[in-house]
Amino acid sequence: MQALYAQLLVGLINGSFYALLSLGLAVIFGMLNIINFAHGALYMMGAFCAYFLLNIAGINYWWALLIAPIVVGIFGMILERTMLQWLSGLDHVYGLLLTFGIALIIQGIFQNYFGSSGLPYQIPDALRGGINLGFMFLPIYRGWVVVFSLVICLATWFLIEKTQLGAYLRAATENPTLVRAFGINVPRMITLTYGLGVGLAALAGVLSAPINQVRPLMGADLIIVVFAVVVIGGMGSIMGSIITGFALGVIEGLTKYFYPEASNTVVFVLMVLVLLVKPTGLTGRAA
Amino acid sequence: MPELKMAEAPAAKPAAAPVLAVKDLQAWYGESHILHGINFQVNAGEVVTLLGRNGAGKTTTLKSVMGIIGKRSGSIRFENQEIIRASSDRIARMGIAFCPEERGIFSSLDVRENLLLPPTVRPGGLSLDQIFDLFPNLKERLTSQGTKLSGGEQQMLAIARILRTGARFLMLDEPTEGLAPVIIQQIGHTIARLKSEGFTILLVEQNFRFASTVADRYYIVEHGKVIDGFANSELSANMDKLHTYLGV
Repeated sequence: MQALYAQLLVGLINGSFYALLSLGLAVIFGMLNIINFAHGALYMMGAFCAYFLLNIAGINYWWALLIAPIVVGIFGMILERTMLQWLSGLDHVYGLLLTFGIALIIQGIFQNYFGSSGLPYQIPDALRGGINLGFMFLPIYRGWVVVFSLVICLATWFLIEKTQLGAYLRAATENPTLVRAFGINVPRMITLTYGLGVGLAALAGVLSAPINQVRPLMGADLIIVVFAVVVIGGMGSIMGSIITGFALGVIEGLTKYFYPEASNTVVFVLMVLVLLVKPTGLTGRAA
Repeated sequence: MPELKMAEAPAAKPAAAPVLAVKDLQAWYGESHILHGINFQVNAGEVVTLLGRNGAGKTTTLKSVMGIIGKRSGSIRFENQEIIRASSDRIARMGIAFCPEERGIFSSLDVRENLLLPPTVRPGGLSLDQIFDLFPNLKERLTSQGTKLSGGEQQMLAIARILRTGARFLMLDEPTEGLAPVIIQQIGHTIARLKSEGFTILLVEQNFRFASTVADRYYIVEHGKVIDGFANSELSANMDKLHTYLGV
C-alpha cells in the first residue's frame, strides 16, 4: 500500500506541473491562436532563473517564486512583441514552427553552457523533512508543490472566469476585432496574456527545481506529455485543463503501481482514445 | 449627375458643425477595392441613414469609420479630428460606439458581462437603471449566457452595452435585420428616444420603411460611392428615385 500512496503522490506532483503548463498553453492558444512549443523551454528557464538567483545573487526560493515568473514573463512578452505578433492571421503551422525553433535555440544555448546533466537546487529549509500521515510518509516539499499549484491554478481560473479583466480576455478570444472597437487595447492584452501563460510555466519550473534538478532539457521531456494532456482536455475550458492535468498525473501514477510497463504510454493511449471519441477533447468546444 | 449633388446634401440643422465628416473615403478588403470615394456628413443630434443594396458598401463604411478595415484612405473627421489613421481602440475612446450587424454578443460571457464589457470612454453614459428602463427584458436575463437570448434580446443587448460607455455618436448596422415587427417597433422607439436625448446616430438599413420612421436624412450608397442624399422631408418627392436605387 505504501508504494501505491507514493505513486499517487508522484502522480499528483506531475499533475501539478501538467496543470500549470497546460493552463498556460490553453490561455495562449485562446488569445494568440499559437501552439506554444516554446513552453517547455520557458519552464526550464524558470528553473534556471531560480538557480541563478540562488547561486549568483543569493536570492532564496521564496523570492524566486515571484521573480522567476516575472523575468521569464517579460522575456516571453519580448518574444511576442518582436516575433509572434507577426504571425497573427497565419496558419497554425507557422506559430508551431517558430515556437519550436525558439525552443531549440533556447535549449541549445543552455546546453552549450550547462551540458545535459542536472544542477542541484536545495529544498528551502522551511519545507524540508516530512510528516508521517499514519498511512504514508509525506515529504513536506511535495505536499507544498501540490497545494501551491492548486491554489495558483484556481486563482488563474478565478481571474479569467470571474473578473472584468477575464471578461475582456474571454471576449477577445472570441472576437478580438469587436473588443478592440469597444476601446480596449487588444494587442497589449495579447502581449500580457502571453506573459501570463509563460509566467505560469516559469513558476512550474521553479517548483520543479528542487524535485527534478535543473536541466536544459527538463522542459523538452515534459512538454510532449503536456501537449497530450492539452489534447485530451481540449483547449476550450480553463477548469478543464486544470482538472485534466491533475487527473492525468494521477492516472500515470496509478499505472506506475499497477502496470509499470505502460506508465510512459498511458497518457498517449488515452489521447488516442479521446481523439477517436471526441476530437475536440473532453471539455473542448467545437470550433 | 447625382454625384455632384452629394457634397451639398441638405442638412436638417445646417448651422451645426458636423460630428462626422467623411471625404473621399476609399477602403480595401485585401486586394478588393470596396469603397471608391464615400462622401457624407452627420451633424450633431441627427439620425442619418445609409441606404443601398446588399454589397453596396454600407457596412464597410461603418467599419472604416470604426477603424477595423485594414486599408483605407481619404479623410474621416470626428469632432474635427482626423481619424483615418487611428486604431479602432483609440477611435472608440474618442466617443464612437459601434453595434455590428451580426450583433457580436459573446457566448463565453453572460448577459451582465456582455453589458459591462465596453469600457466607459466618457462620463455621462446611461446608468444600468436607465438601460433596464429602456430594455426591461435584459434585467430578467442577466445571468443567462449571452447567446442564449432571442435575436431581439441580443439586438437590445448589443445596443444597450454601447449606451453605457458615454459615447454620444452611435453607429448601428442593420439593427432590425431578421427581427419580428413588434421588436422592430421597440427598437424604433429606442432610437427615437436616444435622439431626443441628444445622441447622434448613423444607421445602416435595408429596411427602408423602418428607416423612414427614425431618420432625419438619407444617403444612398451604390458600388462603394454615395450617389445621392436627401432629407426626410423630401422623401415623398424622391420616392421614385429611391425605388430605382434600391430596386424595391
